[in-house]
Amino acid sequence: MIRETWLNAATLTLLVAVPAWALVVDEPFTITLATRAVIFAIAAVGLNIALGLGGLVSLGHAAFFGIGGYAMGILAHHAQTYVPLEIGPLTLAGTKSMPVIWLTAMVTSGLAALLIGMLSLRTAGVYFIMITLAFGQMFYFFAISWPAYGGEDGLSIYVRNGFPGLNTLVPIQFYGLCLGVLLLVLGGMFLLARSPFGLALNAARQAPGRVETVGLNGQRVKLVAFVISGVITGLAGALFADLNRFVAPTMFSWQMSGELIIFIILGGTARLFGPVIGACVFVLLEHLLGGLSEFWLVYLGALLLIVVLFARGGIVGLLSGRRAVHD
Amino acid sequence: MTDPVLRTRGLHKSFGALVATDDVTLDVRAGEIHAVIGPNGAGKSTLIAQICGTLAPDRGTVTLDGEDVTALPARDRARKGLARTFQVSALAMEDTVLQNAVLGALGARGRPWSFLRAATRDRNLRDTAEAALHRVGLIDHAATHAAELSHGQRRQLEVAIALTLAPKVFLMDEPMAGLGADGSKQMTSFLDGLRTEAPILLVEHDMDAVFALADRISVLVSGRVIATGTTAEIRSNRDVRTAYLGEDA
Repeated sequence: MIRETWLNAATLTLLVAVPAWALVVDEPFTITLATRAVIFAIAAVGLNIALGLGGLVSLGHAAFFGIGGYAMGILAHHAQTYVPLEIGPLTLAGTKSMPVIWLTAMVTSGLAALLIGMLSLRTAGVYFIMITLAFGQMFYFFAISWPAYGGEDGLSIYVRNGFPGLNTLVPIQFYGLCLGVLLLVLGGMFLLARSPFGLALNAARQAPGRVETVGLNGQRVKLVAFVISGVITGLAGALFADLNRFVAPTMFSWQMSGELIIFIILGGTARLFGPVIGACVFVLLEHLLGGLSEFWLVYLGALLLIVVLFARGGIVGLLSGRRAVHD
Repeated sequence: MTDPVLRTRGLHKSFGALVATDDVTLDVRAGEIHAVIGPNGAGKSTLIAQICGTLAPDRGTVTLDGEDVTALPARDRARKGLARTFQVSALAMEDTVLQNAVLGALGARGRPWSFLRAATRDRNLRDTAEAALHRVGLIDHAATHAAELSHGQRRQLEVAIALTLAPKVFLMDEPMAGLGADGSKQMTSFLDGLRTEAPILLVEHDMDAVFALADRISVLVSGRVIATGTTAEIRSNRDVRTAYLGEDA
């Protein structure tokens, strides 16, 4: 327990120190890489609420990541082309303001999570995995065949969106913003896991019959967790699109959903910092091994195999010397 | 005489050709322990499932405190005052004893929609949970993980969670199972005092416990209640002796 706290503190220190060092030695690419890791971490912390606490193995979280991305892409696209956005009788101006984009991303991905969750939670186990995958794929093919926003080619945004008081075009400032969001999300996750809601969610995963026997609606608790999870992953999607100044259907791909799960398994399921460490290791390997061989995913696969076979608690479990929180 | 707290009328459940519950009518009155006994395969588990709401009967009704609850799911019956304990402990094994008891208190409160404050630091939840743990004698193990408890302690925790619900009636599925002689004695004396708080429908294999505790006994054989009566009546009932208790009982 105590060693895990130290490990978390060390991770946070690195998340501050490495980009600071990169700033001093003028290595903006390292800062971009760190930003990518932090945004992936936010998305995976979101998934960890459903997967780690609720035991809901969603292979469709790319849907929310993509919705967040397209919320940013569509709003910014209308702002840069000065064409208002028409939704039925409503006519809205596009925007380049991050807070507005984030809010839109969170609300739309939350609504999508509510709908997908309501239908998917009627199933469990492998069927839940399959139905969430199917929903993810529906969004993917919809994005590909929707010509208004670039279809298969995606959508480029020329200038990064703005945040009050910051110059988001400066890599370290955008990084700081993303790190701030990650810290907020981690703080929320920390509180949530210990709250009455978190207690009920944890119990609904471990002993569903017990939760009903004390008079609580376990399915509803899981649904709310799924929505919170989708909202956070959607927010990460908006940030990811802003990092690349580009949105494409690949954000909706099932590989994206799979990667989010990999971050969690690699780092440690249901651990507060598991997804953070998993995302950082993934981005680091992607950069280092990706430079050596285009078949770097083979090595990642081998690593994942080792973790699953010998370190069920992921990297956090291995380093903190504590067994898996749960299987 | 007051209405019974819990009553089943003409419960019937069959699985294909197998009749698991055959016209079961029984009631649990205020202040009593009503035991249901029967050989393996008599349909005790199926009966419990229908009473607590995890299995729908083909025919018949379940009434809780005068209200027909036959159509309600298990969680609504729980909220209306039916507290069950499981034969095979159903606990959140990775959670501590206190957290498990707090879950019960949270169920009694009914609303889990609180996201920020730690559950075990909520004064009301904690007080309810600790009071229940104190009563069953588990308070010294509050910080232990449920997975590390002995079999007997898990049974105690099952009962503690039921206590946090402050129910109108307890439905206990073999609380003595696997307890050993001493544990069984302790549990017997604990349940003995509990009946004044809320009556108990006790499904139990341990005959010593049943005859020590029960005010009335119903005997279930092949899904059918063949006799209901006081311990003395059941002991001397010829049908029961031949069908269940055996020649030498």
